[in-house]
Amino acid sequence: MPKLTVDGIEVEVPAGATVLQACEAAGKEIPRFCYHERLSIAGNCRMCLVEVKPGPPKPQASCALPAADNQEIRTDSEMVKKAREGVMEFLLINHPLDCPICDQGGECDLQDQSLAYGRGGSRYARENKRAVTEKYMGPLIKTVMTRCIHCTRCVRFSEEVAGVDEIGALYRGENMQITTYLERAAQHELSANVIDLCPVGALTSRPYAFEARPWELKKTLSIDVSDAVGSNIRVDSRGREVLRVLPRINDDVNEEWISDKTRYQIDGLTSRRLDQVWIRKRGKFQPASWDEAFKAIAKVKAGKKVAAVAGDMLDCETMFAAKALLGAMGSKLIESRQTGMDYDVSSLPAVNFNSTFAGIETADAVLIIGSHLRSEAPLVNVRLSKAVKRGAKIFVVGPEWETTYPATFLGSDVSVLANLPAEVEQAMSGAKRPAIILGGGGFAAGAHGASLALADKWNLVRDLEDGGTWNGYNALHFSAARMGALMLGFVQKGGIADLVKAKPALLFALGADEVDFTQFPDALKVYIGHHGDKGAHAADIILPAAAYTEKAGTYVNTEGRVQFADKAVFAPGDAREDWTILRALADALGVSVDFDNFAELQAAMVAAVPALGEEGLADYGADLPKGELKASGEISYPIKDFYLTNPIARASVTMQRCSAELLHGEDLAEAAE
Amino acid sequence: MLADKDRIFTNVYGYQPWNLAAAQARGDWDNTKDILAKGPDAIVEEIKASGLRGRGGAGFPTGMKWSFMPKEPPMDHNGNPKPSFLVINGDESEPGSCKDREILRHDPHKLIEGALVAGFAMRARAAYIYVRGEFIREAETLSAAVAEAYEAGLIGKNAAGSGYDFDVFVHRGAGAYICGEETAMIESLEGKKGQPRLKPPFPAGAGLYGCPTTVNNVESIAVAPTIMRRGASWFSSFGRENNKGTKLFQISGHVEKPCVVEEAMSIPFRELIEKHCGGISGGWDNLLAVIPGGSSVPLVPAEQIMDAPMDFDGLKEVGSGLGTAGVIVMDKSTDVVRAISRISHFYMHESCGQCTPCREGTGWMWRVMERLRTGDADVEEIDMLHEVTKQVEGHTICALGDAAAWPIQGLIRHFRPELERRIAEHAATMKEAAE
Amino acid sequence: MAERHLEPDTPELRERWGNWSFNPAWKAKADEAISHYPAGRQKSAVMALLDYAQRQVGEETGTQGWLPIPVMEYVAGYLDMPIIRVVEVATFYTMYNLVPVGKFHVQVCGTTPCMLRGSDDILAACYKRGMRKGHTTEDGMWTLTEVECMGNCATAPMVQINDGNYEDLNTERLDAVLDALVAGETPKEGTQEPGRHTSEPSGGPTTLKEMVTENHDYRGEW
Ligand SMILES: Cc1cc2nc3c(=O)[nH]c(=O)nc-3n(C[C@H](O)[C@H](O)[C@H](O)COP(=O)(O)O)c2cc1C
Ligand code: SF4
Ligand code: FES
Repeated sequence: MPKLTVDGIEVEVPAGATVLQACEAAGKEIPRFCYHERLSIAGNCRMCLVEVKPGPPKPQASCALPAADNQEIRTDSEMVKKAREGVMEFLLINHPLDCPICDQGGECDLQDQSLAYGRGGSRYARENKRAVTEKYMGPLIKTVMTRCIHCTRCVRFSEEVAGVDEIGALYRGENMQITTYLERAAQHELSANVIDLCPVGALTSRPYAFEARPWELKKTLSIDVSDAVGSNIRVDSRGREVLRVLPRINDDVNEEWISDKTRYQIDGLTSRRLDQVWIRKRGKFQPASWDEAFKAIAKVKAGKKVAAVAGDMLDCETMFAAKALLGAMGSKLIESRQTGMDYDVSSLPAVNFNSTFAGIETADAVLIIGSHLRSEAPLVNVRLSKAVKRGAKIFVVGPEWETTYPATFLGSDVSVLANLPAEVEQAMSGAKRPAIILGGGGFAAGAHGASLALADKWNLVRDLEDGGTWNGYNALHFSAARMGALMLGFVQKGGIADLVKAKPALLFALGADEVDFTQFPDALKVYIGHHGDKGAHAADIILPAAAYTEKAGTYVNTEGRVQFADKAVFAPGDAREDWTILRALADALGVSVDFDNFAELQAAMVAAVPALGEEGLADYGADLPKGELKASGEISYPIKDFYLTNPIARASVTMQRCSAELLHGEDLAEAAE
Repeated sequence: MLADKDRIFTNVYGYQPWNLAAAQARGDWDNTKDILAKGPDAIVEEIKASGLRGRGGAGFPTGMKWSFMPKEPPMDHNGNPKPSFLVINGDESEPGSCKDREILRHDPHKLIEGALVAGFAMRARAAYIYVRGEFIREAETLSAAVAEAYEAGLIGKNAAGSGYDFDVFVHRGAGAYICGEETAMIESLEGKKGQPRLKPPFPAGAGLYGCPTTVNNVESIAVAPTIMRRGASWFSSFGRENNKGTKLFQISGHVEKPCVVEEAMSIPFRELIEKHCGGISGGWDNLLAVIPGGSSVPLVPAEQIMDAPMDFDGLKEVGSGLGTAGVIVMDKSTDVVRAISRISHFYMHESCGQCTPCREGTGWMWRVMERLRTGDADVEEIDMLHEVTKQVEGHTICALGDAAAWPIQGLIRHFRPELERRIAEHAATMKEAAE
Repeated sequence: MAERHLEPDTPELRERWGNWSFNPAWKAKADEAISHYPAGRQKSAVMALLDYAQRQVGEETGTQGWLPIPVMEYVAGYLDMPIIRVVEVATFYTMYNLVPVGKFHVQVCGTTPCMLRGSDDILAACYKRGMRKGHTTEDGMWTLTEVECMGNCATAPMVQINDGNYEDLNTERLDAVLDALVAGETPKEGTQEPGRHTSEPSGGPTTLKEMVTENHDYRGEW
């Protein structure tokens, strides 16, 4: 723990800390462009220079200098002031004066720092500024490379975090240029994070180009629902429209990143929306009133013969309200695993990501069973690549996919689990922190029991030498609603098949678009949701509801982490928040539920499942049931198209474009805009 | 004048073959086993005692540098010992420097033997000799000499019968001055762009492939076997205190006979030129200024250099440095502003582009220099340029920034009236043209 | 010193170079280069492999050679390296030609030591023969580049033409070298000054005179 002084203030910092961190600990702001906490240190912008004694009589880059005992740091001396002015001046000599038309305006590090540390005027007036040709980087990233200050954050991100070497700095000296290979589109699920990382307006958001200035926006804290990671996001909106989604920092969940789908599916929020009630008459949908719809539903007189299927993006409150409604009608026919999965849900730790995301970084041997991690949970994939950097070995059962780290594929039939190669056995049984990740493909292929048997064999739950505990058994879900549904008991032992068997007269599809509705030929199908997607097309009655940005709610991610999201905007047209629809249905169907407003609903839900009332990891214990090692079944991955996995994304022009250009190779690149 | 018998590089002009047989006849590889038998520490001590300072420009004491290498290998994260490496800097791209070339093409066995001696002394498992890409013939010769040495069992397994295993590999550059900077060289050896690394960590701790590494200049390594044979006291009998030994000098520019020559350190400038270069073109009165240590050091005006001792301290005293001992002589016919501006162009061209002051500053400085050359500038811009050089100097990752700043500072220090005269002259012609 | 840029990736380029691979001779050299580095560090050989690739392309085109994009992709595959890292290397180091060059690549050193001894005249002589900096002459014979210090300062001014250096030049000596090249001859490399051997003072060495005629061993005088 080195002790040093910063401008005379004494601070003590952890061993390995840099001088920059020490300055921050002393409350001194250090300007920087290239330094970023989550990337390797480049030390190239030279903005963070400070004076250090003892040392050579020249300023030192504080981001790269280890803090040491008895250093005397000055951040306020004449030398430092001059150094900063100098660097600022160099950065600006070739930077265009186009702030008024730059989307970074108002949140540009260069703009801010030139005000704070610049010298006020340029002495470079007689020379021309360098012009750099534009570089195409795909449908998401807009480039104005003349503005680039060569901090290389984007290069380091793509190599170190995304694990895909696709951005580089070509040429050298003042001709150095940042580009993707042959200006091809950036091709990974996290590519747009470089927009946030870029300290200037060189890389900006293409879909969001010229949409708004930051100060016009209302900022709402929310949770992403495009996968089961539960990324913490900020929803920026103006009026009724969501304009952009940005990551919020949460080291336990998404660190500082979000996937491209999280960020860009939002233009789907305004297209193909269900904004009024529809009733199918003689095969065709006709607009209708809420009243007509409710009457038509009541007319079925379903009684107990009512069932509900929950979709993948639902908040817990909606599911709880649906469960309450069906309960009041005398039915327990509820299920959330839309596609028919029926794995055992009697033990929550057996269906949970127990290591936690942060924990999986410390695993030293990982067996992935039936998960295409990059598309199902790109941010968990990032964690895994960190584990690999620390020396972890990775094995995968399932069809091969392009990993971002070295991994050994063992075949795609789960029968291999009973007969693993010696190398795998050795690595897993010799590991200090062994882990299994069972994905949706694994669940569907019947590998749940086998994975539990292996968990037992390898002692995935154990006490560690350092006194801590380790639970390396992990289920990786893809659906944002899954863990909440499991906690709420929104499941049947036999899955959807149980519902089919019961031949309901009335079926509520709550944002459920992946159900095979032909299994319910006799039911009146009521779709409650926000997009005119597969579920709505199969429905008899459509009740327009709210998307995730249009309602408050509770979500539980695949780690069992309970998180709350706020409402950012109002749902369009006649659409209403889901719970209010369910509450009104209770009246229409002549049953009573014990909530009349959202607070009461939440209170009832928390009374039923107390863990949902507390933000953070729910405690499921660590008792894993035993399983049967013998299993067989070919694994296939549920996601065929990363960009089009849910109704919002499918309605999004941006996501469609990504899918077409990045996955299906359509050349939509405009030569030069 | 240094006696021929005391010259290390006796085949510096390549009158005789470079090959192993000829080199051995001149005394190379003569019982190298005995030198190694003294043990690593004794070799390091001998080199320390000889007073040898690095010949690559910075003049860091060579023996001390070797002593920084770990005696016990550090472990990698799998618990295996890390090897150590010697990297030999034959990048020689500093304008005015052309000495290592003569060693590489005419006396390569001195270097290879030196690699073994130095590598053994620092417990390295291999040496990589990084030769600048443009030295095509030189690299061919060196590679052939390395092959000869392997063939003769002088390097490789049980090198020279010492029981020590040591490999020597030649790695060719491909056109980048910055790769002469030691950490850029390491990056380049790893197959990357030659962009200098941040220090710390220093190469002796984590260099090539993260392993302990020492980078030395070709000449520093090539003189080691002779020092070991003749003893530290022989080597230190040349030159002034703190500036010991013999040194290859290269004299280019306006002398009657430019050449490369090995001389005793501290030889006075006048003697060096008179003895070996046939004097200054047009005589001593015609001498304008000298860049005594390769393009990176400030120029020294005629009257200050004439009798200066050519060594580290002597040239420091006249505000410059010995650098690589690449002496660039300029007589009074020289457009001195253009001469320096051309050097500025060199640094702009060679900046790796990594850090801001160097990437942006070298271009700025050159553009202003070009205007000062024609006089198309304001007098205030001289001071501004000086300030800009100060904003680059000491603010960069590697010393290229400093190297780009110093020549300009030297020009402004010694030739400000000339700069002002051009500006005035240009203004006058402009005014005339307007009238 | 010309602005460097990559040759555009066109269907014609792919057509011409898409199936390119090392021939056995260069492949052997490539594998030899890779063997110089520890296992798993094959990337260290990228500079050598790019050089060899350029030379093979040179043999195939009757020029000094250059690096078409598919050839760089081949090298990336050979070394199991991301292609962008290979292109970074190829664009950083000036000896890799990114666009086609002529039969002879005339590289005139223009840095101060050569400048002081007349590199302006050398460039002028090149211009006179129709060469232009950064361009290849129509007949595909010459590509002219002004380069930075080549480390031949004591025998300045100089040019490097493909693999050979020609030093101590003046206009006539340069013309003689170029004429010889055009005539398909192999002019003597090194200094072009009559009577000068290498970098000794012209007119004969001031030191080590014994060495001129015999491989003298000075050890007897120690
Ligand atoms: C920009 C730059 C270029 C350099 N070029 C060379 C070079 O061409 N040859 C060389 O030996 N040292 C060069 N050096 C110095 C090396 O970094 C290093 O100090 C030297 O090789 C150490 O060897 P020595 O201790 O034997 O002198 C250069 C340094 C810088 C900053
Ligand atoms: S594009 Fe942006 S993040 Fe990347 S190097 Fe340039 S300024 Fe930095
Ligand atoms: S090249 Fe060294 S600081 Fe830029």
